[in-house]
Amino acid sequence: MKLLVTFSRKKMREPIIARVVKETGVLVCIDRAQIDSAAGEVLIDVPDKEATYISERMRAMGAQVRILENAIIRDENECVDCGACISICPREVFTFDEEWKLQVSEERCVLCRRCVLACPHHALSQQE
Amino acid sequence: MEKSIHSINEKIRDGSVHVITADRMPAIVQELGEEGALREVDVVTTGTFGAMCSSGAFFNFGHSDPPLKMEHLWLNDVEAYGGIAAVDAYLGATEQSTTRGESYGGAHVLEDFVSGGSVELRAISRGTDCYPRRNITTDLHLEDLNQAVMVNPRNAYQRYNAATNTTDRTLFTYMGMLLPGCGNLTYSGAGALAPLPNDPNLRTIGSGIPIFLGGAKGMVIGEGTQHSPATGFATLMVTGDLKQMSPDFLRAATMYGYGATLYVGVGAAIPILDVDMVRSTAITDDQITVSVIDYGIPQRDRPALRSVTYADLKSGKVELRGEEVRTSPLSSYRKALQVATTLKTWVEKGEFTIALPTRHLDRTMRSRPLRETKRTPRVREIMDRQVVSVTEDELIRTAAEKLLKGETNHIPVLDRVGKLVGIVTTYDVSKAVLRPEKGGLVRDIMTRRVIRTTPEETVDIAAQKLEKNNISALPVVDSEDHVIGMLTAIDLGKLFGGRWQS
Ligand code: SF4
Ligand code: SF4
Repeated sequence: MKLLVTFSRKKMREPIIARVVKETGVLVCIDRAQIDSAAGEVLIDVPDKEATYISERMRAMGAQVRILENAIIRDENECVDCGACISICPREVFTFDEEWKLQVSEERCVLCRRCVLACPHHALSQQE
Repeated sequence: MEKSIHSINEKIRDGSVHVITADRMPAIVQELGEEGALREVDVVTTGTFGAMCSSGAFFNFGHSDPPLKMEHLWLNDVEAYGGIAAVDAYLGATEQSTTRGESYGGAHVLEDFVSGGSVELRAISRGTDCYPRRNITTDLHLEDLNQAVMVNPRNAYQRYNAATNTTDRTLFTYMGMLLPGCGNLTYSGAGALAPLPNDPNLRTIGSGIPIFLGGAKGMVIGEGTQHSPATGFATLMVTGDLKQMSPDFLRAATMYGYGATLYVGVGAAIPILDVDMVRSTAITDDQITVSVIDYGIPQRDRPALRSVTYADLKSGKVELRGEEVRTSPLSSYRKALQVATTLKTWVEKGEFTIALPTRHLDRTMRSRPLRETKRTPRVREIMDRQVVSVTEDELIRTAAEKLLKGETNHIPVLDRVGKLVGIVTTYDVSKAVLRPEKGGLVRDIMTRRVIRTTPEETVDIAAQKLEKNNISALPVVDSEDHVIGMLTAIDLGKLFGGRWQS
């Protein structure tokens, strides 16, 4: 499951993720990290059953945590199964099934937003 | 054996016609042989559904009271062409909204109309004796118009070259998003299911034949614009009644960074008259070849990296420069199949009969590039030929002296054999003074990724490079990477006026 962790400027110097890993023994995978002088945003992947626990620990250390369930949302009424999104996604989230219908494996998404721009039919949006 | 159009239409009327979609024809020919397939199959339906920029519609709005000659008019702020009589207009799919930018265009107006929405018409006129009114604003639904006739100058390309990008920056094109370093490949068209590949000799597809267009019954007018059957790129000009069309087969789209376009479903029902038609409709994706074009080269004649077949493209991966690259169709094959299947049902139900062309399409045409009477200026004509350069193993101090003496802000850096390997700016030199720990040679502080131009590049393209990379000078190199000039924003300023004086 994906968790979007945001830190304020103050908390950024503290190794929250490392500390949580050490404390809980749960391995987290960092999908994407964006850190500048004002704030930090890190997308991590954790085992489903540990997601709530990890979020709680991180919150206790001062980070904001949001569980992303359907990170990228596809509007079926707008999608025409053109496949423009398939080749630009860095994580192979999109594929065709046997009948050339688009399949979305959103659990792999790292929220880079490329597909949101690339979809000619404005069928894709990022969960807010 | 031969079959007549008349006998096929008889079978359509009495319900005994045998129709298949084009994707099934190769298997049938394999199973029954060509003669067997000719006996068995009467009609092959085809379909394609993809971005067709050269599309639009004629409208007749009816007269207001007092009447007005719509000289300039907008539909939901998208301008339509009003230079035809008083209340006729043509709206093109790629025309962009004056208020909503590229996310809304002519295509979106057409889709809004077809899906039952209300569209605001705004028109102005200078006023004449016969048409005294000066302006009008009114909300319209499709049924309020006297006519809404789709006329698409160029649809249903026989095949279309695939696109990739060898540069190091993402490109946003009408072929979709193209990732840097050949990061992906996009293509368009339904391959062997599309109408024209099934009749490359244009025997049964021609002027006057009924077709499937946007979910309604339409008609082929004639050759599409840029029709180039001699090179395997035939196109069709088609028409149909917008009022009968359905949003299932007519969809507005926006190619980010390019603008609006219209996805149109087009299909033809091809009569199987003789063995030749059996052969042409048995075409498969691996028999249709296209080039992979590098859209990173800003020229009309872009180099082809390799050729591929639709079978390669549809497999999802293609090898480019020794690496596997993922492919994206921009057209929907699923929708193309729906077009062919819908058309099949129409023929089977006796709702759609076949006709032969009233006039055959030209089979020899070849599309030519634009004749340009004014040559666009080249970098060679405005570049500065006095080049001050340093070599990479000289001292930073030497670079500083040259910058000062040459009264320039950029110095190209050369290697031992005189090839361009970097660039140093006054900014780099000042930084080096403050941070001496980085080293004392030019090579320690130079920028190695040098954006460059060539003497034959057009000035417009060079200007775009400066702008896109936010820089103010480009070394001009020959084919051997020797620097033969510098092009600066100031040189461009002389040509374009104020805009380039930074
Ligand atoms: S690019 Fe958009 S319309 Fe095309 S398949 Fe992907 S989600 Fe659907
Ligand atoms: S946001 Fe990025 S990773 Fe997620 S589906 Fe879109 S392209 Fe793929």
